[in-house]
Amino acid sequence: MDTQQQYGDDARPVLEAPDIARVLTRIAHEIVERAKGADDVVLLGIPTRGVFLARRLAEKLESITGTKIPVGSLDITMYRDDLRLKPARALGRTEIPGDGIDGRLVVLVDDVLFSGRTIRAALDALGDIGRPRAVQLAVLVDRGHRELPIRADYVGKNLPTSLRETVKVQLAEEDGRDTVLLGSRPSA
Amino acid sequence: MSKILIRGAQVLGGEVQDVLVDGETIEQVGTDLSAEGATVIEAQGQILLPGLVDLHTHLREPGREDSETVLTGTRAAASGGFTAVFAMANTHPVADTAGVVEQVYRLGKESGYCDVQPIGAVTVGLEGKKLAELGAMHDSAAGVTVFSDDGKCVDDAVIMRRALEYVKAFGGVVAQHAQEPRLTEGAQMNEGIVSAELGLGGWPAVAEESIIARDVLLAEHVGSRVHICHLSTAGSVEIVRWAKSRGIDVTAEVTPHHLLLTDELVRSYDPVYKVNPPLRTEKDVLALREALADGTIDIVATDHAPHPHEDKDCEWAAAAMGMVGLETALSVVQQTMVETGLLDWAGVADRMSFAPARIGRAKGHGRPVSAGEPANLTLVDPAYRGVVDPADFASRSRNTPYEGRELPGRVTHTFLRGRATVVDGKLA
Amino acid sequence: MMRHLISAADLTRDDAVLILDTAEEMARVADRPIRKLPTLRGRTICNLFFEDSTRTRISFEAAEKRLSADVINFTAKGSSVSKGESLKDTAQTLEAMGVDAVVIRHSASGAPYRLATSGWIDAPVVNAGDGTHQHPTQALLDAFTMRRRLVGRDAGLGRDLAGKRITLVGDVLHSRVARSNVDLLHTLGAEVTLVAPPTLVPVGVETWPCEVSYDLDRVLPKSDAVMMLRVQRERMNAAFFPTEREYSRRYGLDGDRMAKMPEHAIVMHPGPMVRGMEITAEVADSDRCTVVEQVANGVSIRMAVLYLLLGGNDSAVTHTRTEENK
Repeated sequence: MDTQQQYGDDARPVLEAPDIARVLTRIAHEIVERAKGADDVVLLGIPTRGVFLARRLAEKLESITGTKIPVGSLDITMYRDDLRLKPARALGRTEIPGDGIDGRLVVLVDDVLFSGRTIRAALDALGDIGRPRAVQLAVLVDRGHRELPIRADYVGKNLPTSLRETVKVQLAEEDGRDTVLLGSRPSA
Repeated sequence: MSKILIRGAQVLGGEVQDVLVDGETIEQVGTDLSAEGATVIEAQGQILLPGLVDLHTHLREPGREDSETVLTGTRAAASGGFTAVFAMANTHPVADTAGVVEQVYRLGKESGYCDVQPIGAVTVGLEGKKLAELGAMHDSAAGVTVFSDDGKCVDDAVIMRRALEYVKAFGGVVAQHAQEPRLTEGAQMNEGIVSAELGLGGWPAVAEESIIARDVLLAEHVGSRVHICHLSTAGSVEIVRWAKSRGIDVTAEVTPHHLLLTDELVRSYDPVYKVNPPLRTEKDVLALREALADGTIDIVATDHAPHPHEDKDCEWAAAAMGMVGLETALSVVQQTMVETGLLDWAGVADRMSFAPARIGRAKGHGRPVSAGEPANLTLVDPAYRGVVDPADFASRSRNTPYEGRELPGRVTHTFLRGRATVVDGKLA
Repeated sequence: MMRHLISAADLTRDDAVLILDTAEEMARVADRPIRKLPTLRGRTICNLFFEDSTRTRISFEAAEKRLSADVINFTAKGSSVSKGESLKDTAQTLEAMGVDAVVIRHSASGAPYRLATSGWIDAPVVNAGDGTHQHPTQALLDAFTMRRRLVGRDAGLGRDLAGKRITLVGDVLHSRVARSNVDLLHTLGAEVTLVAPPTLVPVGVETWPCEVSYDLDRVLPKSDAVMMLRVQRERMNAAFFPTEREYSRRYGLDGDRMAKMPEHAIVMHPGPMVRGMEITAEVADSDRCTVVEQVANGVSIRMAVLYLLLGGNDSAVTHTRTEENK
């Protein structure tokens, strides 16, 4: 995907690598605080970039708590409500940690929270996999414009945007660098 | 009947001449002819041929009037430039008695578009077991001289031998549909590269060739003549060529579709390409053209085989075999033989009029374009280019493999004994 | 992806690998407490079976139900629909009822192609086996089984079967499984050898992208997978081979022959097996035989195919994935 073409020429960074590292550390601390130690936490990233964020969070949690945090991925493609509007797409990976999610505190991790439809799909998918004690949501960026009654428990950065703008998260694992770009949609 | 003056046509593709028709006969052929009160047809740039003769037509009546009748079939024939057609015997009931052939003969007379010469079945019910009353059919009003179980092969060697011998008494000829039945059980298309890929039952060339080889030897042995229907393979050409070189009295026909189409078309699984014998390969097509050019194959015959829409609008295996051909035959021959330089128009006149009339003993047809001869004539505009639209067909059926294909040439006028059956490309 | 799945020959390498990868994800659904995905909710799929095949129909039905599609089963014996117009009429009836996809099994080669191209119906068509022509989902599940066993379940993701030597043994002439497998395995980079008595190899096979041998014993040591094709006893009556015993002796797979195969090589069979004819019980029940796996894999493959054909609206407009849909 050509970033320049996709996000216009005026895309500008709103978070740089050090910012991303810092907010993830903060989120990790918030999780420990709210979960009272994170003993039963399971992190599930939503492919593609949510998975990388979940792994990074898990590392930070482990360094805070000193215990191993189960981390996995949850692909929501098959649960999307817009399947009929687009060509079929390749599936992402769903990988549930060995001990499962029953009775655990599942923290869903995604890069951008927007309409809320992805999270709705993720909740449906979770329901088919098991019954967590509770489900929370961590996102790197919340750009607003919710279409469903969904909110994040942990937010890296609240980024008020207009619908004409685009938010693009780039992570080193996938894109070679860490950054969050805000741009305007190409007019054409 | 008034006089007709055809002015400026190339007779048999040769000299530009005027032809004056008076009543049922050609009165005069020459230059700068004129005639008081004659209908004048300006035919500059057109080719004048003797009325075409088709030795192999399925008119379907009696029995399958939903696909064709003698009337609609002869209208189609006239549109295609034919003045005589031989109607195959595989009707319901089968034309294996004097009664049935006389009925078809009479319907032809009534239609008025084209002479219909019934072909009699060789065996009762086309079953290949018992000779039909060949002599009775010959002696009937229909005067049958060509006998064929077409659609089925006379595969029993003894029956074939007897038929070949028997018709000698009245100068008849047996037209063999060469298809060894055991080798073609479940056969759906030419056996080869395409059939292997498509998973359709293969129809080997040898199933045709083995029967032709046997029958020319039988004809030689009993001193009779034999005609081979719709020859379709390069191997068959070789056998006929060999037989002729030996002096065996064999004649052979090829259909227009076998001169143009190949089994590659079957990849569409569109049953419009399903035909018996099946479409073969490019190599076969080229061999057939060459054989028609050098006279190894004597004639073009359409094997016009109308089928109702529902018999083709289905999956391949369930579909009927055959394609209509009367209205496109001359165009296909022009494209495959004339425009390739293999045959001139005089050659076309021979392969589509003189020779078939001779083989079938059709009286008054296949005659030279000269004074005193019956005025059975066909005018062709060879410069015409048109896309085949089955909706334009006079035939009751539309199962043409040429739909949407551009073909050259158009029959502008057809005259049956001086009466126009087609005028300016339209049925009169 | 294409709109229909008619022939394995229509699949590109990337299409085929995408289907296999998608099937791996689908397979994981089988391990979950709820083996169902909402993906095709509200979609109606008709299984149009003009030829008996309980196994294939059940496999498709399981795949459809796991994807939450509504399923209509139409089963008609060849005799009652021997006239071709029934295919057209049935298709138009289904179209009028608003069917979103048709899975068709037919004894006539080309019937699915005809259904997809004749304008009788607008819905995507999946070929579940036509005459002696093609059976693409069978080839895909076979390739899936081979990739898992010969390359690896996770290691295989994104990969094809390059360099794998696959041998198909038996009635190639009448086998849609053989045709589909030759096409697909070639596309996936495998080297295919057909082994059969000459009577059961089609005229024209020389243009296929594979080798042909009449000698099973010479091919076995060089095979990574050996697929035994079903041989119907009736073929004997049509003189394709003299006796069952002679066929077994020359082309059947028994324990002694299996021992000639490399250590890692697997034995496959599309089922149903004719034990004692093309395969002995000893081989059929051995660990190297993947018949049961093939059945399980068939559901995953069919889920993948149905998802990829139907999961999205394959419109001409290209949608790019941007954040506004998240």
